[in-house]
Amino acid sequence: MSTTSTTNLASGIAHGLERAPGHDPHLAHHFHSPEQQYRSAKLGMWVFLGTEILMFGGLFCAYAINRHNHPLVFSFAAQSYLNVGLGTLNTLLLITSSLTMAWGVRAAQLEQRRVLITCLILTLVGGAGFLVIKAIEYQAKWDEHVWIGQWNRYNNDYNDESPYKEAPPAQPPSPTAAVSAAPEAAPSSSDANKATDVSKVKPRYIGPTGLANAPGQPSAPPAAEAPPASGAEMDQQRAQRYRDLSAGDQWRVSTFFSCYFLMTGLHGLHVVVGIALISWVLLRSLRGDFSSRYFTPVDLVGLYWHLVDMIWIFLFPLFYLIR
Amino acid sequence: MSQAESQASAAAPAAEEDHGPHAVPRALVAVYVVLVVCTGLTVGVSRIDLGNFNIWVCLLIAVIKGSLVALYFMHLRWDSPFYGIVLISAFFFAALFIGLALLDSHSYQPIIKPTPMALPQAPPP
Amino acid sequence: MSEAPRSQATNYLTHTRGFKSWALTLDHKRIGLLYMMFVLSAFLLAGIFAMLLRTFLLTPKPWMIADPEKAMRFYNNMFSLHGAMMVFMFMIPAIPAILGNFVLPMMLGAKDVAFPRLNLLSFYFYFVGAMFFTYVLLGGVLRAGFDLHIPGGMGLDTGWTFYTPYSTAKAESGVIPATLGAFILGFSSILTGVNFVTSIHTLRPKGMTWFRMPLFLWALYATSVIQILATPVLAITLLLLVAERTMHIGIFDPLLGGDPILYQHFFWFYSHPAVYIMILPAMGVISEVISVHSHKHIFGYNFIAYSSIALALLGFLVWGHHLFAAGQSNLANSIFSLLTFSVAIPSAVKVFNWLGTMYKGSIHFTTPMFFAMGFIMLFTIGGLTGLFLGALATDIHLHDTYFVVAHFHYVMMGSTLFAFLAGMYHWFPKMSGKMYSENPGRIAAVLIFIGFNLTFFPQFVMGAHGAPRRWATYPPEFQPYHVASTLGAYLMGIGLVTVGLNWLHGLLRGRAAPANPWGGNSLEWHTSSPPPYDNFAVEPVADDPYRMSNWEPDPTGEGWIPSKQPPELEPAEH
Repeated sequence: MSTTSTTNLASGIAHGLERAPGHDPHLAHHFHSPEQQYRSAKLGMWVFLGTEILMFGGLFCAYAINRHNHPLVFSFAAQSYLNVGLGTLNTLLLITSSLTMAWGVRAAQLEQRRVLITCLILTLVGGAGFLVIKAIEYQAKWDEHVWIGQWNRYNNDYNDESPYKEAPPAQPPSPTAAVSAAPEAAPSSSDANKATDVSKVKPRYIGPTGLANAPGQPSAPPAAEAPPASGAEMDQQRAQRYRDLSAGDQWRVSTFFSCYFLMTGLHGLHVVVGIALISWVLLRSLRGDFSSRYFTPVDLVGLYWHLVDMIWIFLFPLFYLIR
Repeated sequence: MSQAESQASAAAPAAEEDHGPHAVPRALVAVYVVLVVCTGLTVGVSRIDLGNFNIWVCLLIAVIKGSLVALYFMHLRWDSPFYGIVLISAFFFAALFIGLALLDSHSYQPIIKPTPMALPQAPPP
Repeated sequence: MSEAPRSQATNYLTHTRGFKSWALTLDHKRIGLLYMMFVLSAFLLAGIFAMLLRTFLLTPKPWMIADPEKAMRFYNNMFSLHGAMMVFMFMIPAIPAILGNFVLPMMLGAKDVAFPRLNLLSFYFYFVGAMFFTYVLLGGVLRAGFDLHIPGGMGLDTGWTFYTPYSTAKAESGVIPATLGAFILGFSSILTGVNFVTSIHTLRPKGMTWFRMPLFLWALYATSVIQILATPVLAITLLLLVAERTMHIGIFDPLLGGDPILYQHFFWFYSHPAVYIMILPAMGVISEVISVHSHKHIFGYNFIAYSSIALALLGFLVWGHHLFAAGQSNLANSIFSLLTFSVAIPSAVKVFNWLGTMYKGSIHFTTPMFFAMGFIMLFTIGGLTGLFLGALATDIHLHDTYFVVAHFHYVMMGSTLFAFLAGMYHWFPKMSGKMYSENPGRIAAVLIFIGFNLTFFPQFVMGAHGAPRRWATYPPEFQPYHVASTLGAYLMGIGLVTVGLNWLHGLLRGRAAPANPWGGNSLEWHTSSPPPYDNFAVEPVADDPYRMSNWEPDPTGEGWIPSKQPPELEPAEH
């Protein structure tokens, strides 16, 4: 019946988790009692959740600093591109799945096997629903060309015109004070043929006039992407709001999307991992592994899932409800 | 969940023999309802223009929701308080980091000299 | 408290045999040895880089490599890889993963850590992270030696700090594997921290309250708290760095709307507490070594315990002192400078307590004691010079000079490395079941001590005169300092090689070690050397770990045996 074989990396090594005959089969040899083992597992999980909070905390810091210093960027981008309805639906899905998960833990504790299985399945449905909606949202972003980083049309490196990919010319025709003109540290033979083509170099610093196409300056290559297929009116409103932003803010719109994709992406990754863990627990409960004396995996996975929910509870208003 | 089961478990909220008390269904559902209401509240409040307060109200509601999830769904209400200490410490240090970095960033904004730069290729709005 | 008979049957080394029994072991002692193999290899490699650096710096202009371009690139790669490998692959894991893994469960009278499988996973995270660095190294070597380019493996020239926007825009392509390597190593650190915190909370035996456990455990606990709280921020920083470099997300690069100082905040929020990850276990080792080898109860137990926690927590408040010259606002500069002064206090408290322990003790001048005494001297110097750097006004002058280099080598190498060596010697008999030769050990300690001071003290002077760090060339007036430094480095190298040979000789030819060679009373000395697979033949009873009077010298051989008369009550030393 060994349930640990699926999880035990060293299951072939007998001495790893030796059990004395007549011993509780779930009790590892280095613990005195199942109670000590349970307490340890729970503490370990809580400490791990602490690390997750710190990890997301770092991203929240990036968000906070960028939003605080450029609030209009965030309100423009959020209002123009994020769907509050979908976000709310996602929030409700996760909260509901949290409820069913908590109920499942309780059912495991009370040995209500069918309730446990039902709850776990419902939790999975909630999590999967969340991911589906996320995918819909991400697809919409892709269609509007506001993906992350260089695939975001507000990013200076959109269309792969990145100066990082080409060796800057040895004698830049326009002052490039903002960028060190030192040649790339690794001039390989293949680079030698590239990029003395001045028109391909993106203008960076263009002098005191601040005009994009000041005479004598190389002009920016035209954007190759067609405008998005959204409603014309919304388009115009959005265009107007964009024009109302200051130059510095216009420069930074893609930062919002970087924050958005990194945070929701990392969160989504955690949801995927959570779904995998819940599926594993579901499998084990179908096999009848859990009892009122041993339900630790359900408890721990439940804690993880609630943390995922908690993180989303903070993410949702910070991204979707910006005025 | 059958009527008999829910009554039996509702009648036995005290400590289980091995692993401590388990959540009572009434409490779970009540918390759930509050969470849903709070979600609606936060969306609703966001539609009202409170200026700078918007974000603080949002955060406050999020903290309330998070606390409910932690206390009831994550069982902190009935568990050892040390787990709560772990959770709160993590939030505290995250807040410390965000706070000081934000303070610094806010303070040096005025001395950043904006360099006139070409705009990103005039992206279509 | 009973002494288990010297194990004739099996011990943890002979319990099972074969590659799989080691590669898939769940035994914390074996895992500690696995870590040891790789950590010491990393130390050797990074040490060789240091030797190359010092040799390179013998002359003001590069002499080792003809082409100046290549010479610069060589130098940049060497110091970056030396730093990155030393910090991430040696300093962070050395004491916790090797000595901590081995000793912690035994000090708790337990059979293993709380999560043995997680422990093995931590080790494999370390291994994979190390492989990433190896890849970067290999790429650099292939490129430099044979002009072969492997993707992403062209070496690392950003310094171990990976400052943006250089690392995201212009640096050589080894940045991504190096940062991914550090990212993965971070998980090893985090999981070890989770394991240790839980073990200390839940596996303490009856009678071992928090204030009755050995101070090494307090140190490991404080270290684990830092590992848990700080390392995830490093993980996210490195992830953001990789995202910036690959996808140009524009969070750290001003040309894309980002903020390079933000990167430094992110990086140092982890990396400052990281130095406390390095020093706290070292201090824990010193507490053990000094009390045992002075055969005296530790002085001021409570103060040392509280100081460990204080250091861990205060260490989170001071990261901005690395940004004094970076463009941090005046407000933040002042706050961080003030807070930095506070962090010196717990360290100083500990130094006084160790001296108080030695005072009127029965000092045995064993090799661990030599290293421990060296630690106290060098840590004092390192710590005091940190104050010059923490003071805002002087730091503006000293930032990015050799003064900083000397300071951190005094605290990292002079302190952590010395403590690591002290600990390795101290627990060598327990881990291997053999005794090393004392005299070569003492000689090595003296060589390393003299060599170390000769290497780094001139750098303080040089730095105060303005010699910048991380420069491949320097003004000729600094050459005498550099030459002295290089000579010291060679002397240190000889000393370290002597240590290695000393250990090797001890392993192969050493005489059998008694269960308690030094007379310590913490629980690991209550079992045979080497211990049996499950640590204790008879479960030990918790006692005051510093009650040395429980033991008396063995008249028949070396080592200590339990006292026959009842131990006198120690005066309350708490």
